[in-house]
Amino acid sequence: MQRQQEKPTSKLRRFRLYGPCSHVFDASHTGSWRVERPDVAFDKCVKCGICATCCPANVITVDKGSAECVRIMWDYCKGCGICANECPQKAIAMIPERSVK
Amino acid sequence: MFDIVKEASGLVSHGVSACAGCGLELIIRNVLGVLGEDTTIVIPPGCSALFCGYGPNAGMRVSGLQGNLENTAAYAAGIKAGYAMQGNHHTTVLGFAGDGATVDIGIQSLSGVMERRDKVMYICYDNEAYMNTGIQGSSSSPVGAWTTTTPGGKPTRRKDLLRIAMAHDIPYCASASLANIPDLRKKVQKAKDTDGPSLLHIHCPCPTGWRYHPSKTIEVAKSAVQSGAWLLYEYCDGNITVNTKFKELKPIEVYFSLQGRFKGVNDEGMAEIQQQVKSQYEALLALAGLE
Repeated sequence: MQRQQEKPTSKLRRFRLYGPCSHVFDASHTGSWRVERPDVAFDKCVKCGICATCCPANVITVDKGSAECVRIMWDYCKGCGICANECPQKAIAMIPERSVK
Repeated sequence: MFDIVKEASGLVSHGVSACAGCGLELIIRNVLGVLGEDTTIVIPPGCSALFCGYGPNAGMRVSGLQGNLENTAAYAAGIKAGYAMQGNHHTTVLGFAGDGATVDIGIQSLSGVMERRDKVMYICYDNEAYMNTGIQGSSSSPVGAWTTTTPGGKPTRRKDLLRIAMAHDIPYCASASLANIPDLRKKVQKAKDTDGPSLLHIHCPCPTGWRYHPSKTIEVAKSAVQSGAWLLYEYCDGNITVNTKFKELKPIEVYFSLQGRFKGVNDEGMAEIQQQVKSQYEALLALAGLE
């Protein structure tokens, strides 16, 4: 028990941390869960940003300046489809993950 | 946090193993987005414990503690008292628990905090059952809802957490929903600025337990608000403000038909639930002084 409690913090003795304590800020590769992926029709997009506020994983950024205005971090997008459901212009479609556009 | 392996745009990591379409993930991102880094969070076991991480890995960049199921609020009050002894009066201490850890198991410690007037912020995200352990019914499950412990639909009404909080006459408590995210953020800011205990009760749709497609999380939350199954109001220094008023509520069938957990409700039960929802809404309006 004693060894188990000291194990995760053994490297952190200089910070005077004892007991089980998490100290690494990490992210899992949740993009591998995806079955369907969002496909944005950039010509229909009005850049309102609703998809970015509704995304649970916070992986969407709307860049008003560029032509490809909606950027998605594919490492973490779980493919839930909330962005496609909430888009007021219906500019986002969910397509099967391994299909070619 | 000492070692940052992967960067994130907010205080919460992007790759957290919450289900696809999880309402809780959206709630915690918005809550910590408002509260900022100067926060200590207390999380009991449950779905929200995913954000504490596993082993040495954590999913949040704020300091926190994973406590026991029944004493989230007591932990938070103790941490706040410890900070006050150190002369730190600025850090927000947040208890972030689910409905099971609030209305069933942890209600005694929450009641104690509200009675002692500790300056603690408490958030209950309500997914209306014990979702993390396999959809067992809690006392916050609505009438007619299927859970693994109420296979024929829950026969009794839910516990009203905000009425309990109002009976303690705390300075600020409110209900919020994912249907209106700007309103949710505004209420979190108000709760943070309150001098005394504050409680937020947030409706949190769960695709796994409520049996709907993950893409409909926000749609279900909006439907709950429009049909009156979830009422948005706040209680501030003795006054109740109703945030969403309707001339006529939408029929409850619209909300029920989006989800698989209400499939067992027959027409008779539906009429009864519709009547209950309507009377609850009217009772709230009467309480707020607007007939």
